[in-house]
Amino acid sequence: MLEFFPFKKTIPFMSWGKWTTAISLLTFLFAIWALWHQGLNLGVDFTGGTLMEVRTSQTADLHAIRGALDKTGLPEVSVQNFGTSRDVLVRLPAKHGANAATTSNTVMAALQTVDPAIELKRVDFVGPQVGKELYDNGALALLVVAFGIMAYLAIRFEWRFAVAGMLANMHDIVIILGVFAFFQWEFTLTVLAGVLAVLGYSVNESVVVFDRIRENIRKMRGSTIPEIIDDAITRTMSRTIITHGSTQLMVLAMLFFGGEALHNFALALTIGIMFGIYSSVLVASPLLLMFGVKREHFIKPIEKKEEAVV
Amino acid sequence: MNRFPLWKYVLIGVTLVVGFLYTLPNFYGEVPAVQVSPVRSSEKADTALLGRIESTLKTAGLSSSGIELAGNSIKARFANTDTQIKAKDALQSGLGERYTVALNLVSASPDWLTAIGALPMYLGLDLRGGVHFLLEVDMKAALEKSAIRYQNDFRTELRADKIRYGRIAREGNVVSVHFNTRDQRDAALNKLGTVFTELIFTQEDQAEGFSLSARLRPEAETKVQEFALQQNITTLRNRVNELGVAEPVIQQQGASRIVVQLPGVQDTAKAKDILGRTATLEIRMVDEQADPIAVSQGQAPFGDEIVPSREGGTIAVKKDVVLTGDSITDASPGFDSTSGQAAVHLNLDGKGARIFQDVTRENVGKRMAILLIEKGQAEAITSPVIRDEIGGGRVQITGMETAQEASDVALLLRAGALAAPMQIIEERTVGPSMGAENIEKGFHSNIWGFAAVALFMIIYYRIFGLFSAIALAINGFFLIALLSMMQATLTLPGMAAIALTLGMAIDANVLINERIREELRNGSTPQAAIHAGYDRAWATILDSNLTTLIAGVALFWLGSGPVRGFAVVLCLGILTSMFSAVTVSRAMVNLTYGRQARLAKVSI
Repeated sequence: MLEFFPFKKTIPFMSWGKWTTAISLLTFLFAIWALWHQGLNLGVDFTGGTLMEVRTSQTADLHAIRGALDKTGLPEVSVQNFGTSRDVLVRLPAKHGANAATTSNTVMAALQTVDPAIELKRVDFVGPQVGKELYDNGALALLVVAFGIMAYLAIRFEWRFAVAGMLANMHDIVIILGVFAFFQWEFTLTVLAGVLAVLGYSVNESVVVFDRIRENIRKMRGSTIPEIIDDAITRTMSRTIITHGSTQLMVLAMLFFGGEALHNFALALTIGIMFGIYSSVLVASPLLLMFGVKREHFIKPIEKKEEAVV
Repeated sequence: MNRFPLWKYVLIGVTLVVGFLYTLPNFYGEVPAVQVSPVRSSEKADTALLGRIESTLKTAGLSSSGIELAGNSIKARFANTDTQIKAKDALQSGLGERYTVALNLVSASPDWLTAIGALPMYLGLDLRGGVHFLLEVDMKAALEKSAIRYQNDFRTELRADKIRYGRIAREGNVVSVHFNTRDQRDAALNKLGTVFTELIFTQEDQAEGFSLSARLRPEAETKVQEFALQQNITTLRNRVNELGVAEPVIQQQGASRIVVQLPGVQDTAKAKDILGRTATLEIRMVDEQADPIAVSQGQAPFGDEIVPSREGGTIAVKKDVVLTGDSITDASPGFDSTSGQAAVHLNLDGKGARIFQDVTRENVGKRMAILLIEKGQAEAITSPVIRDEIGGGRVQITGMETAQEASDVALLLRAGALAAPMQIIEERTVGPSMGAENIEKGFHSNIWGFAAVALFMIIYYRIFGLFSAIALAINGFFLIALLSMMQATLTLPGMAAIALTLGMAIDANVLINERIREELRNGSTPQAAIHAGYDRAWATILDSNLTTLIAGVALFWLGSGPVRGFAVVLCLGILTSMFSAVTVSRAMVNLTYGRQARLAKVSI
């Protein structure tokens, strides 16, 4: 039998509580700093503006392209290579008042003076008000998902579990956002979808551990709560690593084969999966201890019945 | 203990067969086709049209690999894109302007699959290429436009009753009339209040006189806005027909927005131009003295213009404009009350009604033409004979042969112009090569990711790993089958979601397999371990999947476009994975190990 984690003994995770909490706190604070100091590099989905992807027939002459675009009088045009040397990305901020819908036509006409065989691959134009709506809806979705999951955990387990699970996952989300802010990776609608999927996905991890804790509370009558939690984590460790490893394999495939469009999405998921493992094991469980979870929270009703009979 | 009753196997067998059948069309790919549909919604594509298409193709020497009637269009398949383009040109010139001829791709799956409703997945614009526009209708302008109409109407009504008034002013969508005396105002209020019940009137006494202001009631305001939106949608539909797009989507979104999706359109500049075009209506007199032979040869008499007529041929119309479309407030199809003939009823605003009365009085027995002018090209929609002087702004046009024709003309009169200006507030264009690239990328991500996961599972869990990998593949098939059945839009993020759900679906099998190992380690017999493993893991699987489902539902609810595509696949993937990972894999385990009473060892 092939086993990655043939643990015979229970690993004393809870006794490392101080260290893990300190590490979490540091990464969390770093993420907050990055978000506050640099902010997210929001894509046109959220800021409004025009993004055009074109492919030139030969290696793109960015200098000539910039020159041609300068002549159109459009303000703050940014031109850069991405992917191959023939792929060019043109970005324009949302202009107030001007009929921005025609901007892409103007740009395309200017580009054709440089390279008549230029091919238009993609245009994303988002008006400022639409951008704002997408931003608001994204934030709302984040809140709805967070509270929805918390409510579910509270019903299925107990409020301490719900709050611990949620805090652990919000910690993951903040770290993803922090990393995106730090490296100034573009944050688009697709990335947002990835972040929200991480929120639902990494709660899985906490749920599996919590499930074990609940089961152990009923089974391991003579043990203390930290022992119970340690046992639960140790026994689910193997599954945790394998499951996340498998998901990560899929995400890696997206990272390598998915091209530019899925690149940042896959990055968000990768960070989410890494920190998801860490946080559900080493953040959620110590939090649970801190909130003072007790045996009675789960087996009270049965004991009451027994007392009545006695 | 590890045996399923027969009905469970049968059920699993049936779902597998159905799943496989509905996945099948996706593997056949697509063939080039030409789609012909009538421009007017009132006309139907029928077997007669089918015959015409067949003979047109035959005379052009083009062979089609199959012509079929589907819905209100006819699709003819061709062996290659070369013949497809030739066929399009041949049909375009052969059938004339009454039909939209568009290039399209149709599924190459056999007829029996299509007959059971098995269609390939519906690809989003980012995968097939095309344009997506979100247009915002300027509702403020729509309301102001209606206020301007009331300004004119008030003038007409007050004059008709000989009520003296001062200035009629408009500020935004409030129209106010000034009077010298209170009595005049009271009389005006009495009159206007009974004619225009959709307005709220307020009176104000000022130092310089007495004023009466009017604005639309909130419910009437909503009606004006709804009308404006509907009219703009109708106009857009007419214009899009002209673009020759095979499957355009034109839908209302929210209270003031319209989504236009044009799959396969490459020339976005032209699309924008046509969508944003302003059309105008004009009413002019037909020149009865013009020489019909000269007119048919295109020689216009002095002061005239020759325009094509929708009723056939060309007619000479005077260059002087009697009325513009702005004066037409409404047009609806109906019947003449005395003869029972099909008719179109027009309502004109106050100023228009006055002019119309004067013109009709002087031209009884002559013809007038209603022209639709788009991009500088005029076309006569209809050219009725004036039978009588027409007052009051209520005009009836007869001479239509059928009720259908009347409703077509009414639609054109209404839809010729936009009710209110529109602005493109979002555009997403994906070039055709980019769409194909995206499909390839999404497909590769899935196939390589799946291969890696399957390989790992088989090495790590051996036979049970193989079962898990097969269950995962079946999950993929189920997901594709469901997406095909529902015809949900598949986008690139949706393809990413397929990969992601496959990665997450394996979680259930890992949970089960780990549990079985643990039970074995604790000294259970193999049969008991399998049983306990599946049993105990179920609660955990349910919990963990439900949390992801919550995220998926919220994304679907609040997301737009690509994110929504992601959410749909995520939710469906979770549902199919619960079935395949638990029930289907269990069936395989039961079939392999369940019958051996004294099972000593399992490969896990």
